[in-house]
Amino acid sequence: MNEVILRVRDLVKHFDGVTATDSLSLEVLKGEVHAIIGPNGAGKTTLINQLSGVFLPDSGTIKFKDADITALPGFKRVHLGLARSFQITSIFKNFTVRENVALAIQSHAGHSFKFWRPARNDSQLTEPAQALLERIELGDRGDVLAGNLAHGEQRQLEIAMALAGDPEVILLDEPMAGMGGEDSDRMVQFLSSFKGRHTLLLIEHDMDAVFALADRITVLVYGRVIATGTPAEIRSNEEVRQAYLGEDEAA
Amino acid sequence: MVTDQLTTAPSTTPAWVSVRNGTGLAVLLLYALMPGIADIFDLPFYLDIFSRVMILTIAAISLNFILGFGGMVSFGHAAYLGLGAYAVGILAYYDIYSGWIQWPVGLAVSALFALVTGAICLRTKGVYFIMITLAFTQMIHFLFVSLEEFGGDDGLTIWNRSEFDGLIDLSNDLTLYYTIFVILVLSLALVHRLVNSRFGMVIQGARSNEPRMRALGFPTYRYRLAAYVIAGSLCGLAGILLGNDTEFVSPSDMHWTKSGDLIIIVVLGGMGTFWGPLFGALAFLLLEFFLSDIFIWWHLIFGPLLILVVIFARGGIDSFLGQQNGQGR
Ligand SMILES: Nc1ncnc2c1ncn2[C@@H]1O[C@H](COP(=O)(O)OP(=O)(O)O)[C@@H](O)[C@H]1O
Ligand SMILES: [Mg+2]
Repeated sequence: MNEVILRVRDLVKHFDGVTATDSLSLEVLKGEVHAIIGPNGAGKTTLINQLSGVFLPDSGTIKFKDADITALPGFKRVHLGLARSFQITSIFKNFTVRENVALAIQSHAGHSFKFWRPARNDSQLTEPAQALLERIELGDRGDVLAGNLAHGEQRQLEIAMALAGDPEVILLDEPMAGMGGEDSDRMVQFLSSFKGRHTLLLIEHDMDAVFALADRITVLVYGRVIATGTPAEIRSNEEVRQAYLGEDEAA
Repeated sequence: MVTDQLTTAPSTTPAWVSVRNGTGLAVLLLYALMPGIADIFDLPFYLDIFSRVMILTIAAISLNFILGFGGMVSFGHAAYLGLGAYAVGILAYYDIYSGWIQWPVGLAVSALFALVTGAICLRTKGVYFIMITLAFTQMIHFLFVSLEEFGGDDGLTIWNRSEFDGLIDLSNDLTLYYTIFVILVLSLALVHRLVNSRFGMVIQGARSNEPRMRALGFPTYRYRLAAYVIAGSLCGLAGILLGNDTEFVSPSDMHWTKSGDLIIIVVLGGMGTFWGPLFGALAFLLLEFFLSDIFIWWHLIFGPLLILVVIFARGGIDSFLGQQNGQGR
């Protein structure tokens, strides 16, 4: 349980003038739910983008299961067991729900230089896809166009696509973005079902969700880590209260 | 689509029976019967016109594959028409008439050009992609303008069509017409299989959201490059047919306006639809025919007309033939 699965050292990323990631170091332990909180623009998404290989850091290193993946192309990280979801829902709206999930599964079913057999009735894809849909309780929504799903369901699908291939670590960028109370509760339940099966790096604004799910919390302000600890430690941390939680309560 | 399923009573007609498919098949039937029609009404030049339209349709089918399904807006697709035709023309110039040599060479040259230029173009996005595909085609266009040996600007007459001894006699106009027709039908079927295969799903996914595809673990670049090469080869085949059909090839076959025409056809017909290129090419022909009759500067009307299509009917002609039932089906 105390084995470090993802280790970030002195990560730095500048965007013309803005220091989005500032000497950031972080250790994610195998099996934990590690939440990252911080105000808008703190550099949370930028961190995930570097961890998932969307862009390279200016300096610093990222280690995943003892392999240095700092410069590894993003698609290869997925096959090592490091998946992600997006803050902005990135499902394929013209595809049905099942096609979306089947596409995610296809990525883990060998290469896709298969030009002839129709993918849509390829049981090697559709059967695992249906199984995954059952798991996220969208089993009866398989034939609906993804664009026609309700917002909460779209967010579920967004995360389901990261689950294909059974990744060891999932980077979740604000899974509850734009969700109301009931949907949020469902999502919290959904995510807590991941415990023991996946390690989660969870970025979330919804503090109730964070405190309900997280084993540890890291607080990010201006790209810099100002505190890491258990929920109780973070709650009682004076600097955090001033920089972040205080504002939240005042609002 | 959802509401559609809820409101329409279950019917016994199979899903493929639709206005759209009926119209598509009717157009194919028209092409199949055209030699007879041309004969009855004594209009032999119709055969020329329609073999030209069918060749343009094949080129548009190949462009639709990468543009409509793959989101790669190539503004240089006419290069392959020229390369295919020049492969036939140049080999014929050296008295090599065998189709068994000409056609594979034409396909290989097209595939190679697509591989080399695609490897570079596909590292760029958006407007840059459009510009760089255009630039490569202009390069090859001016290369052939400068090749005096093969007629330069004036082009090259092809004295004999490709020879497939014992198999088929393309010197017969009717045989060539039906050869083009069969290749058109096979191209439609080929692209249909491709876009619905695992490979096609990756291509379509990368059109909608490439970062997401990479986050799912797909090395999108190599799949898009493969699609680019397949499309280039298929358009090269259209070029091979063009050279045989017109018995002439010139740099104007790969002029940038020809690439523009192909984009217009794909957009007009309905991007990323099965029948779109067929409808688009026929509509393009009819518009050209009627508008140029009324007005010499017909391109001036054509531009605004196309913009109207893009604004009011994003799915092109195809979208007038009923609701689209999902991508690539
Ligand atoms: N691709 C980018 N180009 C330029 N600036 C960016 C880019 N992505 C993020 N930024 C900047 O980096 C900072 C951190 O942004 P982000 O990581 O999105 O914050 P968060 O997800 O914590 O709200 C912001 O100032 C943002 O404007
Ligand atoms: Mg963010």
